[in-house]
Amino acid sequence: MEVGWWGVLIAVLGGAIRIGTPFLFVSLGECLTEKSGRINLGLEGTLVMGAMTGYAVSLHSGSPWLGVLCAGLAGMVLGALHSWICSFQRVNDIAVGIAMMLFGTGLAFFLGKPYIQPSAPRLPSIDLGAWSDIPQLQAALQINALFLVGIVVAVVLGWMLKNTAWGLKVRVVGESADAARALGLPVDRIRILSTAQGGFLAGIGGSYLSLYYPFNWSEGLSSGQGLMAVALVIFARWQPIGCLWVSLLWGGAAALGPSLQSVGVTGGYYIFNAIPYIMTLAMMIITCSPKRTLVGVPRELTVTR
Amino acid sequence: MSESRKLTRRQVLQGTAAAGALGMLGNVEWIGQAWGASDKVKMGFIFVGPRDDYGYNQAHFEGKAAVAKLDWVKAFDEEKVPETIEVQKTMESMVKLDGAQVLFPTSFGYFDPHIIKVAPLFPNIQFLHCGGLYQEGKHPKNVGSYFGFIDESQYIAGIVAGGMSKSGKLGFVAAKPIPQVLRNINNYTLGARSIRPNCTTNVIFTGDWSLPVREAEATNSLVDQGIDVITCHVDSPKVVITTAEKRGIYCTGYHCNQSKLAPKGYLTGAEWNWAKVYMDYADMIRKGQTVPHLVRGGLKEGIVKVSDYNQVVTDAVRKQADAAKDKFMGGGMVVYKGPIKDNAGRVVIAAGKEHVQTDIWLESMDWLVEGVIGSTKS
Repeated sequence: MEVGWWGVLIAVLGGAIRIGTPFLFVSLGECLTEKSGRINLGLEGTLVMGAMTGYAVSLHSGSPWLGVLCAGLAGMVLGALHSWICSFQRVNDIAVGIAMMLFGTGLAFFLGKPYIQPSAPRLPSIDLGAWSDIPQLQAALQINALFLVGIVVAVVLGWMLKNTAWGLKVRVVGESADAARALGLPVDRIRILSTAQGGFLAGIGGSYLSLYYPFNWSEGLSSGQGLMAVALVIFARWQPIGCLWVSLLWGGAAALGPSLQSVGVTGGYYIFNAIPYIMTLAMMIITCSPKRTLVGVPRELTVTR
Repeated sequence: MSESRKLTRRQVLQGTAAAGALGMLGNVEWIGQAWGASDKVKMGFIFVGPRDDYGYNQAHFEGKAAVAKLDWVKAFDEEKVPETIEVQKTMESMVKLDGAQVLFPTSFGYFDPHIIKVAPLFPNIQFLHCGGLYQEGKHPKNVGSYFGFIDESQYIAGIVAGGMSKSGKLGFVAAKPIPQVLRNINNYTLGARSIRPNCTTNVIFTGDWSLPVREAEATNSLVDQGIDVITCHVDSPKVVITTAEKRGIYCTGYHCNQSKLAPKGYLTGAEWNWAKVYMDYADMIRKGQTVPHLVRGGLKEGIVKVSDYNQVVTDAVRKQADAAKDKFMGGGMVVYKGPIKDNAGRVVIAAGKEHVQTDIWLESMDWLVEGVIGSTKS
């Protein structure tokens, strides 16, 4: 069936889900970590490590879902390591994050060498487009269960942060470590748990890349999703449900470049391909101001250590 | 305390000097050994990416593996060597420590300035670069280059693609609009149109050699536009091939054989056959012959090949593809024979004019042939 220019819309819709899902997991992980008052720049490394672990476990065990779980656990270990190092006096979380980013990617490349060539079992997809008789739309709505899991996590995480005692504790620690200590809360322990859980989510985001889309383990797999997540969280105003919308937006933007070329808009593809990065940059400029702090920013993030 | 620290430092300095001297002696001895003790031909290979990427590097590694099987050859390689000062260090250590007599730095960017800088230091060692950058008289004497006309295989793959397509729309995921890539796109399209004149090829440039997510997106977008055979020119075709198979369309491969990744849809593919080149070089060195500065060739010389056809390829299509292949093998095939128009309608090769495969003019290609939907402008 001829879809012509509708193809761009379909690609952006499909891309929002396909490309957006790893963004969703990583930004949810970063959101939770930042809510507890720390920035984990190492999530890029966690993502790559998760991608490698997921692929390797799926290959050896034959079960891609076990791969997803192990990717999460690997991410959790890296997250816990980051926050454990940061719990020492006068340790800067940004610097440790950069170190963890290099460590995570380096370790994944080192351990992932034997997995570049073999083909691991792929995660199954769910057909949400069966109602439509347009094959292109059916393909775009062929989604992975992890996307649905991501939506549930976003909603539940948002609700828990707002309405549960656990969420309140995380927020207090993120707003003021001193106040938290005065209340008798174990600041370091809460941060370690939050960062480890954040790492778990980022690891799952990585396994989505290697086990579902684009479904491959290679050293060029990540195109900076882990780093951009930090910017996405700012754009989402530290709201998990905001992370969902922002991830979809970014996924759709990344699909725009190739799809425009497919309908014959052949010029300017470097610009179109750069749209997600331009959007990130524009957003950082708009949200930055020396005169005011952002709405929703956990105060501890602004404390220089 | 301070006394002992001084002593230690002095000792350390003495130790370092001694070790350095020993190290130098060691090197000299190593070279002596390399020349004297063993009569094996020692060949060193350097790859820019991983050996098993289903792409460019794997194609070279398969060549190395083939030559390493000969009992009179000792072959060693190093992968993931960046196109920086790193490759200079690798080349030096392959000569000094492994005793390499001939080096094959396979990546395009290794040549200038790295090979040019290292080659004069070891005038007895051959530096053979994969790519077309060597120039007689300008570059050191112990440097040479080898390359294959893989676009000939792309022409055959294009015939198979054009013959097997239902819609007459082919897709091409390409990294950058450089001459080598454009030549592949044009040959693919000319091949398809030689048997089906209204065939079109829709090109998407991703902008770089390895961008898995964008390659997958490009493939999906092309399938959405009704393309039913796809190929690519990126570092590793793995993502394009597996995505095409998932969407249930045909594909043709590049660099090496990817039929395992898409048993249903992999029609054929354009492959390198570096084994042949490396065997020839090894033989020349063993016999003490002078190694030629330029080695070029296509299907006829055996430097490139075509993957075995998938069983779904019909007999009629096989026949047409094989006929063209025979013409290449016989040396009588000229792809760029006028009149040829570009996709903006401009005549680039006038009627009656032809450019043979070795014509240097083709190496500066900056246009896309009629029937290609795409633009070389960024």
